[in-house]
Amino acid sequence: MRRWLLLALLAVNVAHAADFDYQLAPRQIAADTWVVEGRNEDFAFANGGNIVNTAFIVTGAGVVVIDSGPSRAYGEQLRAAIARITEQPVVRVWNTHHHPDHFLGNQAFADAPVHALPQTIADMQQDGNAFTENMYRLNGDAMAGTEMRLPQHAANAGTETLGSHRLTLIALSGHSAADLAIFDHSTGVLFASDLLFHRRAPTTPHADLRHWLASLDVLDGLNARVIVPGHGPVSDNAEPIRQTRAWLTWLSATFTRGAQNGLDMNELTDTVLPAEHAAMAEARAEFVRSIAHLYPQFELDVLERR
Amino acid sequence: MIRTLRWLVLCCAAPAMAASPTADPLDSARWEDMRRSFFPDAEVRFDTRIEVRGPLTAENPMAVPVSIDTTALPDVREVLVFADFNPIVKVLTFTPGKAASRLSFRLKLQQSSPIRAAARTADGVWHVGGVWVNTTGGGCTVPSTGSASPEWQQRLGEVNGRIWTRKDGNRVRVRIIHPMDTGLAASIPAFYIETLDIDDADGASLMRIHAFEPVSENPLFTLDLPPGLDALSRIKVRGRDNNGNQIDAWVER
Ligand SMILES: [Zn+2]
Repeated sequence: MRRWLLLALLAVNVAHAADFDYQLAPRQIAADTWVVEGRNEDFAFANGGNIVNTAFIVTGAGVVVIDSGPSRAYGEQLRAAIARITEQPVVRVWNTHHHPDHFLGNQAFADAPVHALPQTIADMQQDGNAFTENMYRLNGDAMAGTEMRLPQHAANAGTETLGSHRLTLIALSGHSAADLAIFDHSTGVLFASDLLFHRRAPTTPHADLRHWLASLDVLDGLNARVIVPGHGPVSDNAEPIRQTRAWLTWLSATFTRGAQNGLDMNELTDTVLPAEHAAMAEARAEFVRSIAHLYPQFELDVLERR
Repeated sequence: MIRTLRWLVLCCAAPAMAASPTADPLDSARWEDMRRSFFPDAEVRFDTRIEVRGPLTAENPMAVPVSIDTTALPDVREVLVFADFNPIVKVLTFTPGKAASRLSFRLKLQQSSPIRAAARTADGVWHVGGVWVNTTGGGCTVPSTGSASPEWQQRLGEVNGRIWTRKDGNRVRVRIIHPMDTGLAASIPAFYIETLDIDDADGASLMRIHAFEPVSENPLFTLDLPPGLDALSRIKVRGRDNNGNQIDAWVER
């Protein structure tokens, strides 16, 4: 850990000229609303960790940013991209949850208040340094100079108006212990955080499938006009909800059946993915990871006859 | 065979058996040390009939799923499982009784390493197979969650299990509540199950397992009986840990 921090500090001084170029290209998806879509891949040196969607709203009373990306360089380039679109200052950053690709760009927003759900902040405190170290390993030089910077403010669920945008913050869970979804009533855009994956298999390292499925029902009830998933393309229909629900339901059924039939993890790995799920990016890799994350609890339920 | 082939395709780190039965197909710098310490005087052969399955990358280094199958080899008397680069190399040994020579369980992996199974046949020859598993590590020096929780003390040694009838014979899964501390985490001494006897209702041995520190917390063992044997009604699980705590329980169907 210390070694990485030292490297990181050194890199701050020398690396700016050679920062990884994320080529961020914000795309307008609704009035005042922009999304920077990441690649539908896993973390890699080649993508610098940019597999995530970030977004911002130019509210008229300042810019609000939803997730800051996987690294210092990403955060700085996101900020520069915002500045090319508007002169309004960044007045708020939300980190939707505690996964590193959503908040390691916080350094670039040192002068703006960063908000997250209380549980998210607590989980960042617990896991953040290990995540950061892991991101250096997975994404290489693109991470140069990146250090965790915690949100300073606890986000409260509820509705507030910023400029011409009425935003509802919805505190949910299931992808992680605390997932913040943001619904913009003014545009009908839903920023779903990693509660939604689109054409990309969901990740589950901190998932609770039952809570996650319940959260999907809440998102469905919003009847959003545009959906910004945490990963995968923006959608003008409910397809990301349908896909995520179908994947999680299938995962749960597969693990339940496997545990009831007494299968061990390596046998479960042989499962043939239904075509619909196999077509999602990273499907097999995420399925195998989800076995490690989630299957032991399904096994216990059977072995302890619950 | 289909299973083996598929695994070889899936896992490019397991090359097909080398032409020479004495050259390590996993090309591990530690192999000579392994050979000297485990098989100083015995004949050792790399043998593709020894199937070791594990993930290409360990998502959870505290619980890396490993499946050993030596049933393609006749007359196996004992199987030794070890991981070349683990701080504690020896993982477990098992002696198949009425059960097939096949065992699945989970182990802690500190760094990327071959995981190997060596099966000793009646002629005294050790047949070795294995697979590389990559990990970011930390599996052996992280305290068990059990050590940090007061709950396990009441449940220490508790056994849960099930028996299944499958078309290729009975399957048994047994899980014992135990922290399985390696002694490598700061100020937590080694505390692990040493022996486990899994017997049928008449006292005949299905399998005897000698476990060591790298076996995962709350170990879960999966074993199979060959086809053709009577359905098991229930099984007896007996054992003890290195502090002398006894394990003694029936597992019902
Ligand atoms: Zn996430």
